Amino acid sequence: MSRQSSDPRRVSRRDFLKAGVLGTGALAGLAALQRAASAAGPAPSAANAAAHHDDPMGHGGSGTVGDVDITRFDPMAFASTFDRGRVSITPEGRRLREWDVVAIEKEIEVAPGIWFPAWTYNGQVPGPSFRCEEGEILKVNFTNGTSHAHTIHFHGIHPPSMDGVTPQVMPGESFTYEFEARPFGLHLYHCHTMPLKRHIHKGLYGAFIIDPPGGRAPAREFVMVMNAFDTNFDSANEIYAVNTVGFHYLRHPIPVRIGEPIRVYLVNITEFDLVNSFHLHAGMFRLYRTGTNLDTYEYTDTVTMGQGERHVLEFTLDYPGQYMFHAHQSEFAELGWAGFFEATE
Amino acid sequence: MKSAASLPPLSRRLAEVLLWILPLIPLGAMILWMFSGDPLRLAPQGLPPIEELSIQRSIVTPDGFELEIVNSGPDPVTIAQVAVDDAFWGFTVEPPGVLPRLGGARVSILYDWVRTEPHTITLITSTGLTFSHTIDLALPSPRLGLREFLAYGLLGVYVGIIPVGLGMLWFPAMRRLGRRGMGVILSLTVGLLVFLLADTMVEALEVANELPGTFQGTSLVVLTALTAWLAILAAGRRGEKGEGADPRMRLATLIALGIGLHNLGEGLAIGAAYALGEAALGSFLVIGFTLHNITEGVGIAAPLTQAQPRVRRLAGLTLLAGSPAILGAWLGGFAFSPILAAIFLGVGAGAIVQVVVEVSGLIVRQSRSAGDSPSTWANLAGFLAGIVVMYLTAFLVK
Repeated sequence: MSRQSSDPRRVSRRDFLKAGVLGTGALAGLAALQRAASAAGPAPSAANAAAHHDDPMGHGGSGTVGDVDITRFDPMAFASTFDRGRVSITPEGRRLREWDVVAIEKEIEVAPGIWFPAWTYNGQVPGPSFRCEEGEILKVNFTNGTSHAHTIHFHGIHPPSMDGVTPQVMPGESFTYEFEARPFGLHLYHCHTMPLKRHIHKGLYGAFIIDPPGGRAPAREFVMVMNAFDTNFDSANEIYAVNTVGFHYLRHPIPVRIGEPIRVYLVNITEFDLVNSFHLHAGMFRLYRTGTNLDTYEYTDTVTMGQGERHVLEFTLDYPGQYMFHAHQSEFAELGWAGFFEATE
Repeated sequence: MKSAASLPPLSRRLAEVLLWILPLIPLGAMILWMFSGDPLRLAPQGLPPIEELSIQRSIVTPDGFELEIVNSGPDPVTIAQVAVDDAFWGFTVEPPGVLPRLGGARVSILYDWVRTEPHTITLITSTGLTFSHTIDLALPSPRLGLREFLAYGLLGVYVGIIPVGLGMLWFPAMRRLGRRGMGVILSLTVGLLVFLLADTMVEALEVANELPGTFQGTSLVVLTALTAWLAILAAGRRGEKGEGADPRMRLATLIALGIGLHNLGEGLAIGAAYALGEAALGSFLVIGFTLHNITEGVGIAAPLTQAQPRVRRLAGLTLLAGSPAILGAWLGGFAFSPILAAIFLGVGAGAIVQVVVEVSGLIVRQSRSAGDSPSTWANLAGFLAGIVVMYLTAFLVK
């Protein structure tokens, strides 16, 4: 992100305060903050950066202070990274896709300066976004490198023996899940060891995308896993996000082109709260529930989802500027689950 | 081996000093070893840091909040984020960075708070632990200015000086009492002092409970009470030896001092409550304190009925007993600190113990010299009346 033209100090504490007072609601406050920031510097994104992590006072307005270390985990890179595994052809002539997954205990940064003792697949939360095509044979070689039993439970159609409830993979042990990819759609995988709540909220989950034969229409694609973290282990979340880091896409808006087709693979794995949701500002999306049908289910700007639900969203952004998206549970939005798309020519 | 006694005097003294120093050498070596080596590596690994933060004071400013915090746990703490009412919010910490053990810092948050509504501020540390503080009623905290200074001073005058002064007005009437009547009045004084002792101690322990564990609040209160009691005991013994000092005046001064220390605590509490918007200064409260504390004036004057005090001395006693309430109100309003409050209240409790001892001694001496028992029905009734009056009038101010 460029910030060549704006001195971060141009946005004074007073501006933030005014911005905060201008907004009638918290989200309006965020938007107002954005407007104030835009007004203060010629490059909106640069001013936004100033607002959120270059402000020398680190002070004023909603949101977190500072930024995370993206060399450890970069939510921007994660959103558009799909793990397609290794492809080979079986003796029967079918396409075989194979992944190696290791469960690792790791401290992750879930908001600037806040570290969470996570359980991870391949050292990241969410785990890799596995992507394949309907009808392929999938092979997942799972090794448990942690000190607790874990599994990988995939959503979709497969033999119960490959469902990841049994056997429990003990520390140091391995298990290979093998099944056919079906049906096409946006699925989910997560650990299914009891106690389930802890095994999920500690970070053992990820998106599992099965493309329809021949694939979907070309688009800019993003994975967004709605998750949350109970950092003090009191069975209530302190931090909400898409893709782990609270407010990351608010500090670093996701760059897109005006008018280009955008596809979001949206997964809700939020623990403890009954529902989560996705709301797009200044635009509407076509909703494909669970992605298992290629006909549009609904044309809307808000979708509410229970834990484990996932949908495919398709839309275009028609004007230049920053488009906010966030949970329409205001509490979640103010505790980290809010971001921007930034549309440019 | 030579014994120490057979050595020449200088060497003997040196040897004695060495014997005192000797244990310090292995102690130093052990500390060095603990810090340089890692002798505890055999202990279970992976112990998470036990973080503890104590929020000492919250200040509501026109454009936000300020929290004074102390790291009261054994490990360093870093404040990573701050949330207000379950929403992350910008903040600054002064000094920034890691807060060492017992280190203090000030967290400032710009926030558009809502008047008279509650707000909860949550500090989230780098390990994800949360420490919350609720401002029950958001109102701007008083800032030190001439107007506020005078207002809180006036609060102290209402709570301390006026009631004690009014109580003193019974002095001429009390002079007409006989020996038995005096016994009753002095017993009444003991009763009210015992009530004040209990009241002060309870309040001291309440404040002590809110202190971070490191400061050992209860021990702090008991320690300061004990110290104050012994200090006044020693000062009293010295005063007895002084020439020309009227023992009755000395006792009255002691009572005034004890009551004054209690009133300091009372001023502290009311000043802090007023600053937090927990107490409204209305005429009801002022009348309540006047009725509650008026007996204090009676108590101070009680030992003087057979002396010939000048009005100036009586006024001095009134100030000694009443003006600490002003100081207390200022401290409570502008610089409330639970540690300071616990210490002051502890000192007050210790002082009152000695005053109770001294006044009881006077009753006993007076009765003995007249060949009476000190525990007459009249004296007991006076004692109980003192407690009951204080208890009932406390309804007006609690």
